[in-house]
Amino acid sequence: MQREGQVRIPSGCAISGIIDKSGKRISGEAIIKSISVMHDRSNGLGGGFAAYGIYPEYKDYYALHIFYDSVTAKRECEEYLEGRFDIINLSKIPVRKIREITDEPLIWRYFVTPLPTRLADSQLDEREFVARRVFRINTLIDGAYVFSCGKDMGVFKAVGFPEDVARFYKLEDYEGWCFTAHGRYPTNTPGWWGGAHPFALLDYSVVHNGEISSYDANRRAIEMYGYKCTLRTDTEVITYIIDYLRRKKGLSYEEIASVIAAPFWKTIERMPPQERETHEYLRVMFAAQLITGPFSIIVGFENGVMALNDRLKLRSMVIGEKGDKVYIASEEAAIRIIEPSLEKVWAPKGGQPVVVYLNNPKGGKA
Amino acid sequence: MAINYLYPEYEAARNYDRCITCRACERQCANGAHEYVDEADKMVCDDSKCVNCHRCVSLCPTRALKIVKSGNTYKENTNWSGKTIDEIYRQAESGGVLLSSMGNPENYPVYFDKILINASQVTNPSIDPLREPMETKVSLGSRPHNIQRDENGRIINNLPPQLSLSMPVMFSAMSYGSISYNAHESLARAAEELGILYNTGEGGLHEDFYKYGKNTIVQVASGRFGVHPEYLNSGMAIEIKIGQGAKPGIGGHLPGTKIVGDISRTRMIPEGSDAISPAPHHDIYSIEDLRQLVFSLKEATDYKKPVIVKIAAVHNVAVIASGIARSGADIIAIDGFRGGTGAAPTRIRDNVGIPIELALASTDRRLREEGIRDNVSIVVGGSIRSSADIIKSVALGADCVYIATGALLALGCHLCRSCHSGRCNWGIATQIPELVKRLNPDMGYKRLVNLMNAWRHEIKEMLGGMGINSIESLKGNRLMLRGAGLNEKELKILGIKYAGE
Repeated sequence: MQREGQVRIPSGCAISGIIDKSGKRISGEAIIKSISVMHDRSNGLGGGFAAYGIYPEYKDYYALHIFYDSVTAKRECEEYLEGRFDIINLSKIPVRKIREITDEPLIWRYFVTPLPTRLADSQLDEREFVARRVFRINTLIDGAYVFSCGKDMGVFKAVGFPEDVARFYKLEDYEGWCFTAHGRYPTNTPGWWGGAHPFALLDYSVVHNGEISSYDANRRAIEMYGYKCTLRTDTEVITYIIDYLRRKKGLSYEEIASVIAAPFWKTIERMPPQERETHEYLRVMFAAQLITGPFSIIVGFENGVMALNDRLKLRSMVIGEKGDKVYIASEEAAIRIIEPSLEKVWAPKGGQPVVVYLNNPKGGKA
Repeated sequence: MAINYLYPEYEAARNYDRCITCRACERQCANGAHEYVDEADKMVCDDSKCVNCHRCVSLCPTRALKIVKSGNTYKENTNWSGKTIDEIYRQAESGGVLLSSMGNPENYPVYFDKILINASQVTNPSIDPLREPMETKVSLGSRPHNIQRDENGRIINNLPPQLSLSMPVMFSAMSYGSISYNAHESLARAAEELGILYNTGEGGLHEDFYKYGKNTIVQVASGRFGVHPEYLNSGMAIEIKIGQGAKPGIGGHLPGTKIVGDISRTRMIPEGSDAISPAPHHDIYSIEDLRQLVFSLKEATDYKKPVIVKIAAVHNVAVIASGIARSGADIIAIDGFRGGTGAAPTRIRDNVGIPIELALASTDRRLREEGIRDNVSIVVGGSIRSSADIIKSVALGADCVYIATGALLALGCHLCRSCHSGRCNWGIATQIPELVKRLNPDMGYKRLVNLMNAWRHEIKEMLGGMGINSIESLKGNRLMLRGAGLNEKELKILGIKYAGE
């Protein structure tokens, strides 16, 4: 049977997210509770979490989370890393052996920074350098897969129900200012941990519920800009699109939303002239980054999150607010379970982005 | 008359029980096939003059006429077909190059017919275009590499000129001269009503049609007929015609007999003189010369018009397209070997060039591999026959398609492939006034609008079925296609999977 990456597997899902705008770090327990409520939206074939602000002691280093299929792959990958990065710290990611999670790969974590000489030689900026090295490892080193490579953030994912994945990774031991979670319902057995969500590149992480009909148009367009879609999942291509539009093209998150869940031409025609011109420009310029078909996504980034639905709102997504905390979930129940007395609960319209930034941009990292 | 060995391929079969000898067929046939025999009070037909254009069949009030294969056969021979034998007889008699019209009719694979389209089931909802917005609008032109912002952080519109179309279809080049005034008027008015563009072809632009400028592409071909500054500035885009799918590598020849009146004025050549378009542009012998012409035309139009470069689909089309994409052109038009023509040497039409499906797939892939796909839009023509062909073209990577034969069919053309005779009974490919007036532009344009609206509905239904609500998300979306009846190599070139994979 072909595994994920060799074949495209559609999947339905549950997503959830919590952010504390004050930058206050909260334990992983809340997000576990929230995603558990939506147990029936996943089928045990993938679960995962992204957590921001969890490595304050290493906040200036890229935290690489890597799956290895074998010791050989680990040796080969470490050799590759040592030639290009200064490895400040390395360790196994602590896990708890539980019955529900089996067949785990070797799971390692490295805190690294590019070797200054190699970085200078490459003539790339630091983040591009890291991104390219990660693509190299994932495409060329058989049995090694970097699934998280941002700063002061990390992804934890596995094949299993999300609440079991959380117990496996001892997520309750981590504290961060933002968590996102995903429970997966693929229509096929991927049986591979890399295929679970969140998908991440640098500080960007995406959890996603839906199946995008524009997939191959988006994939072929983004691959032209140097990205390699090895997983063939929607989430992977969405992450690359966001990285491309944000990091390489400098669009704001609101502008990114206007590209990937663009307003309809008829809506644009009715806008005031300046706004209209900008939207027309974005649609023409980034037509290949328009995403159609159902999706709800939560994008985590270095100082906030964005929640977004497809332009027809073909997937459920609710926002709840209380004080400095903003909650996002596929179902309201998943918010109520952790915060019964919300100040505001609402469902954003299709294509209407909800972007939440930390009050102090550096707050989360202080 | 000397024996010419040729027996008519078709014959007009008349049901004499129905024929009322009204002589309509006689009046309608510009080829003089039908004749009234007074002494017998009956109609007779000289089948050797019949081109099988169905004008008489369509206008016969009692349906007394139909055209049938004559059934006359040579001794069966799989190597020497009847057609081949007839062509040898004709050339042995005339000593000339055989001429043909319209697209290659031979039995080569039609890849569109071996490609199937996807639809959503369960995991992804299909979208009903009657309930939800469904976008078919496209924008053609080059995309810049960088976003620029003003001091307030607002995005500056740095897009080069674009062509905005309500649907990914344009009427491709057919010159005034090769087709009639009324045919041109029908195309121009239909383009205006539909929010798309038509193309003047290489015969210049009749002064009556300048008012349709917002829906016009003006063409500059190797003969440079009718090219002057006002002409270049009159349309929305300029197309440099390098080649044509029906006759790659050769030029064109409009005989002096057609260079009459307005056509002579529009082409800016004397009446009765042959209009000969050379095979190459004599100022383009290489790719660097093309760049100069592209920029000469941009200079002449103040960089306000996108420049299209049209080439025939030939063996190394992808590499040529890559050169064009770096030449300053905004749009590349590729014309497949099935594309139509008003006249071409038969051997060339039937043997030169490659299928548009393969040319498109290779070009789109190549431009992406080189990272220059955003430099240009791709328009494909050369036998786009239906809305399904459009969907398949876009999914293979086209931004838009060109149609011409389909448009002429809408105007009444019956594909008799005799355009080069100049006696088109349907008033399309002729300059004979009494024939031209048979095509009523009021009705002609309406039929074109109907056809395109019908296709637009079908496109929306197919998009919705795939769960896509903007045609932009279909562009290059090859996972939406599967092959059936194709070999590994064909699948690889098309970049699609086999049905069931």
